[in-house]
Amino acid sequence: MLMSIVDTIKQRDLLGGNTRLIGGAVIGLLLFIDLARRLTSGDLTAALLAGYIWNGLTFGLIVGLAGVGLSLTYDLLEFANFAHGDYITASAFFGWGTAYLFAGAGEFDPGSLFFLGVGGTLYPGDVGISVASAPAAIVAGLIVAAVAGAVLAVLLDRLVYSSIRQAGTISLLIASIGVAFTLRYLTVYVFTQQSFGLTVSAWVYRIPLPGGKLNISAPSLLLVSVSLLTMLGVHLMLTRTKLGKAMRAMGANRDLARISGIPSERVITTTWLIGGALAGLAGFMIALLQGTITYQIGWTLLLLVFAGVIMGGIGSVYGAILGGVLIGLITRVSLVWIPASFTEAMGFGIMVLILLTRPQGLFGGEIS
Amino acid sequence: MLNSLSTLWENDLVKIGVTLGAVYALYLLAGAALGYDLSGQLNSLRRLTFLIVLYGVGALVVNLHWGYSGLFNIGIVGFMAVGVYTTTILTRPVAGQNPTGTLPGLGLPLPIAIIGGVLAAAAMGYVAVLPSLRLREDYFAIVTLAFAEIIRITAKASELQEFTIFGTTLGTGGGRGIRTYPNPIDQFFNGAGKPIVAAASSFGIDGSLVTGLAFVLVLTLLLGLVYWLIVRLAESPFGRVLKGIRDDEQATTALAKDTNSFKIRVFIIGCAILGLLGIVWQGSQGYIAPGLFVPQLTFFIWIAVIIGGAGSNTGSIIGSILFVGIIYLGPGYLRRLVEEYVGLQGSVSTFPNAVGALLGGNVDPFLLYNLDQTSALRVVLTGVFLILLLRRRPEGLFGSRREIAASIDLESRVRDRRNSAGADGDSE
Amino acid sequence: MTPMSTASDERASSDDQLSAETLLEVEGITKSFGGIKALNGASFEVATGTLTGLIGPNGAGKSTTFNVISGMFNPDAGSVRFAGEDITDLSPDRTAKRGLVRTFQLAREFQNMTVLENLMIAPEGQIGESSWRSVFPGTRGAVRSQEEEVFEEAWEMLEFFDIDHLALENAGNLSGGQRKLLEFARALMLEPDMLLLDEPFAGVNPSLEEKLLSRIETLRSQGQTFLLVEHDMDLIMEHCERIIVMHQGETLLTGTPEEVRSEEQVIEAYLGGNVA
Repeated sequence: MLMSIVDTIKQRDLLGGNTRLIGGAVIGLLLFIDLARRLTSGDLTAALLAGYIWNGLTFGLIVGLAGVGLSLTYDLLEFANFAHGDYITASAFFGWGTAYLFAGAGEFDPGSLFFLGVGGTLYPGDVGISVASAPAAIVAGLIVAAVAGAVLAVLLDRLVYSSIRQAGTISLLIASIGVAFTLRYLTVYVFTQQSFGLTVSAWVYRIPLPGGKLNISAPSLLLVSVSLLTMLGVHLMLTRTKLGKAMRAMGANRDLARISGIPSERVITTTWLIGGALAGLAGFMIALLQGTITYQIGWTLLLLVFAGVIMGGIGSVYGAILGGVLIGLITRVSLVWIPASFTEAMGFGIMVLILLTRPQGLFGGEIS
Repeated sequence: MLNSLSTLWENDLVKIGVTLGAVYALYLLAGAALGYDLSGQLNSLRRLTFLIVLYGVGALVVNLHWGYSGLFNIGIVGFMAVGVYTTTILTRPVAGQNPTGTLPGLGLPLPIAIIGGVLAAAAMGYVAVLPSLRLREDYFAIVTLAFAEIIRITAKASELQEFTIFGTTLGTGGGRGIRTYPNPIDQFFNGAGKPIVAAASSFGIDGSLVTGLAFVLVLTLLLGLVYWLIVRLAESPFGRVLKGIRDDEQATTALAKDTNSFKIRVFIIGCAILGLLGIVWQGSQGYIAPGLFVPQLTFFIWIAVIIGGAGSNTGSIIGSILFVGIIYLGPGYLRRLVEEYVGLQGSVSTFPNAVGALLGGNVDPFLLYNLDQTSALRVVLTGVFLILLLRRRPEGLFGSRREIAASIDLESRVRDRRNSAGADGDSE
Repeated sequence: MTPMSTASDERASSDDQLSAETLLEVEGITKSFGGIKALNGASFEVATGTLTGLIGPNGAGKSTTFNVISGMFNPDAGSVRFAGEDITDLSPDRTAKRGLVRTFQLAREFQNMTVLENLMIAPEGQIGESSWRSVFPGTRGAVRSQEEEVFEEAWEMLEFFDIDHLALENAGNLSGGQRKLLEFARALMLEPDMLLLDEPFAGVNPSLEEKLLSRIETLRSQGQTFLLVEHDMDLIMEHCERIIVMHQGETLLTGTPEEVRSEEQVIEAYLGGNVA
């Protein structure tokens, strides 16, 4: 009885190729029509929609950046790194501690600054960081976050993953879960479970639109520029440099690459460095965007990052970014239809759907 | 003498008993060092056993899913949440009948609500596994995690906190949580069981400890039942096919086995048990909230299985004993011992301050800080231990042991055949 | 010499063979993998109770044919009929249930299970495979008695192949030849109507090979059908009543060993075709 549903789906090929495509297109069309309806009837204002789209875009870029590293290691080293979220968290804390040090140096005790005033010794208002008021501190923090992420990723590979690399993808996955919890609770050990406010509000550029205003905050502009620059850098690196080409070759066929003399260890290290650095950037910027940071900031992002990576196709850098942006847009624009509590669940739901219908994602060649 | 001891050790129940006994002895010693009276020692053992039993059930399910069938389920807490939330909503008093200000439910009797909760968890398991049948292990893991998160989000959603449907009001309590249900054991000792409580108090054991001990006893029986059920299921033709699926699903299919059917059934059975686990674990504490069902709990249950060795039911129990006894509750006792015997000056401050003091030569603030952070350090310890295990001994304690899946004792039958062949003078 | 003389005596010409009851009918099977055409319209028939050989140079499509017949892949075009029923799109477990079982070229024994368990997993209709019968006291008795029967069958199989000393050994610890043996024995436990054997003799010592062949012959005389892929030409020529030759995804020719042996095309295919 229970099996008959499975059989029916299989026999009638209900989720087969053409059905998916048509089904997806129909749903997309219906949603679009409904969106237009709401806009014209006044249920939804252009300003609100534009806000959703802008938020979705900025959030999605962060998810995308974080996804690049995850996607690369998933493809090259053939395991799902569940610790990636905590790389994001740890490097974000390093970055923001540095930003605080920079901004408050001389005025406040360095210990309090670097540890973000844990225990109530310092408050965001005291230091008063914002994109406008302390750009040097922000940039310094960004750089340190990227470096911390890169170093952390390589270090953990040497310490943990490299020795069990031949044990298989599941052993590596389990190990990464161990790493994840270790990192996360080391962060709790140092910073407790407190939620830290980080910034004071910077300027906001308001664009008047029908129904209100579209708010574009300084952090979000910084985010977009940093993301675009980073994506350009990664693209150039992959296409122009020798190491980048080696990475792409190894991703396509590891054994062949090894035989043809590509230094696999160097490629692996570079992959971790890039992935870790991008995770650090993503972590620093999500904290900047939200204005707060906690020990869970990376973990809460992780499943959505997985969603983006899977949607874009494992191993594809551009897929990871595009998938991330898509996830961002889905989770924000879906506010038009569903209550805020469920937007994240929507993102997960879409991911499950993709895994069932097109596991190789948009750009990936790998099939489950 | 040594030989008969080693044969005795062969028996799995003896292994479990001895390990448990050793951990008990350790705790009694610690209790003595801390000056616990009879009540204190009993309570200490009660708490220890409570957690061991519950982790044991969880570990048995993870072992059934992963160790036997190759299903990487990291959404454990989600199914526990479904079980206990469903039971709570089903059994909470109907609107108008409950004490003012609490969330109403459907007012069903507890036994029916429990059955409902277990069925709901099983149904959720079906929904989760059905689409995931073709997925390989790591994607399957991601899907189970996504399900657990969706469940947690749903439990937390303020829209579902309290709502009315078809004229009935119910709710999940949203982020703040919801009161669950009274413990039947409590009710028994407040009623018919009063004489027992009276008798116990003459020994210095108060009523709540009596109910606590009785509840743990009931839970131990539950663990025994689950162990019996899972062992019988795993050591059978059903379990054989599960192991085949884990080793090589395609080859199993080529032997005319409908592997999808097996995977669905074993997943549902496991999730049903997880639902029951949530009902007796978090439900018995009187209050549940989404924040209780965190991935950390899944992580702890998994490590109990890994310590014991995936694929071994006995290993799962022993792994739970060792995990709870040493890694989970151990640090807390260590802290109390240190506080008792090492006089530390000052109060707890922040990490930077503690480190600063350390660098300045003052050890106390740093030690105090560490003692205060035992719950975080406990997770760090678990993570590091997991990594070490994976590097040095990934098969855990009993993972490489031969545990045959058959409903009859194959080893003794093979021995019989060989003996009779030898007696006949046939060459082996 | 092997007692296959009865088979050769009964060996009729190709035309007569086709009139005997056809058990397996493969027609126009086409299968591509990402642009590479592995099968290009392969067609042949296998009659009941025969030992038929399937030969061809490497890359001819023999394993792919097995995969399509057994249901692991669905063909792009063409059909497979077994005992009169269209089984083209059936899944592997459904195909095996119908009595058409295959073995794998690279033995796929269950590594973390004992040899006994490997054999005992196979038989169909085990009531203990339900999710509750082996648990509850009432039904458990029936499960246990069936387990005894399955054990007897498995033990007999082990004794026949002289590997009963390995009964409790983990299948992953076996030698290459032993694993092939286990693969074969396990398939036999299913009591198939037809067995697709993918190079079952590779790595098996001569005396054991004798045993396997005699077992196959006994079963054949009892009505079981065998389709055999092998590279050992002598073996094929000596024992098979009928041979199907494949080349580049197509059926080159079918016929008796004499007919095939002398065909120029076959010789050319082996010489001019893909290098081994």
